[in-house]
Amino acid sequence: MTETAAVTAATRATVPQDAFRAALLDASHPIPSGLRDAQDRPAGRRYAVYRNNVAVSLREALATGFPAVAKLLGEENFNHVAGLYLRQNPPDSPVMMFYGASFPGFLETLPALSGLGYLGDVARLELAMREAYHAADAPALDPARLQGLEESALMAARFALAPATRIVTSPWPALSVWRYTLRPDQPKPAARAEDILVTRPEFDPEPHLLPDGGARFVLALQSGASFGTAIDAAGDGFDLPQMLGLLLKTGAITDLST
Amino acid sequence: MSKTLTTAALVGAVAASFIGHADEAAAMEKEKCFGVSLAGANDCAAGPGTTCAGSSTVDYQGNAWTLVDAGTCAEIELPAMADGSARMGSLEALERDLPQS
Repeated sequence: MTETAAVTAATRATVPQDAFRAALLDASHPIPSGLRDAQDRPAGRRYAVYRNNVAVSLREALATGFPAVAKLLGEENFNHVAGLYLRQNPPDSPVMMFYGASFPGFLETLPALSGLGYLGDVARLELAMREAYHAADAPALDPARLQGLEESALMAARFALAPATRIVTSPWPALSVWRYTLRPDQPKPAARAEDILVTRPEFDPEPHLLPDGGARFVLALQSGASFGTAIDAAGDGFDLPQMLGLLLKTGAITDLST
Repeated sequence: MSKTLTTAALVGAVAASFIGHADEAAAMEKEKCFGVSLAGANDCAAGPGTTCAGSSTVDYQGNAWTLVDAGTCAEIELPAMADGSARMGSLEALERDLPQS
């Protein structure tokens, strides 16, 4: 860049960043004055296009990340709710893949959606699926390593779980609602609480319904508790073979230290 | 030898049913083919930020609007939950949530 060009570019930047940003998410704000295009003509309409694209792209990011919520609410309702959210919660990172982390909680604060008690937990499940998708790969444990262990060694053992492993607990049938909404030929959700395990055996996350006590068991293992402590945490009536089978089948257990 | 099945024996038995399946799983290992997902079925895609969206749609920043039962939530009705949570009802108007201007 020649010295002259640098000076020209500097004098052209007549709008401070905070003024540029203030109007970006609020259409009632006037377009900042003083914006010029490359030919030094007023660039107000360009700003309007940019402002529209900021809101629409964030809204579409939310619709992409929360397809079940979008379908449950319908397009028009979702667009309005997303519009409220994106104006109160603009991204704090240029990386869009985790945008909307606070969206589930936000949904629960809207009085108009209070009739849909399950909505926040359905959104949490969708967020967990997205996090699982982006989590690091980890090869599954060879099941043979679970054989021939001494009882005391097994009970004291620590299990490592795949980084993609997620737990969503809900007093609502969040998984049934999610399946009914996104997958064909699913039964209507029944009134029950559902705890959900998200695993990612290869590339695609998959949610699974957990048996009673399963969420407490997996969360205990994730927090570094021993196998014995995790079984105690699961409580009475916990179906250990079923739980273990689910974890092995989905490649969720990655290591064992005795 | 104890008559009671120890947890270690139980765990070993469960593990046994998965031994050998690892090879099977490896043989079935598939390559991820980007862009071939059935439309609407790619709910495990990378999520937001993967498309360049927004250049052709218009954002209407609503000032007064009403929520309508438009989505599939209108089809889902659950009786009062065991914990006493309210029965799911219809959506309500959302005007009250809009910031005062």
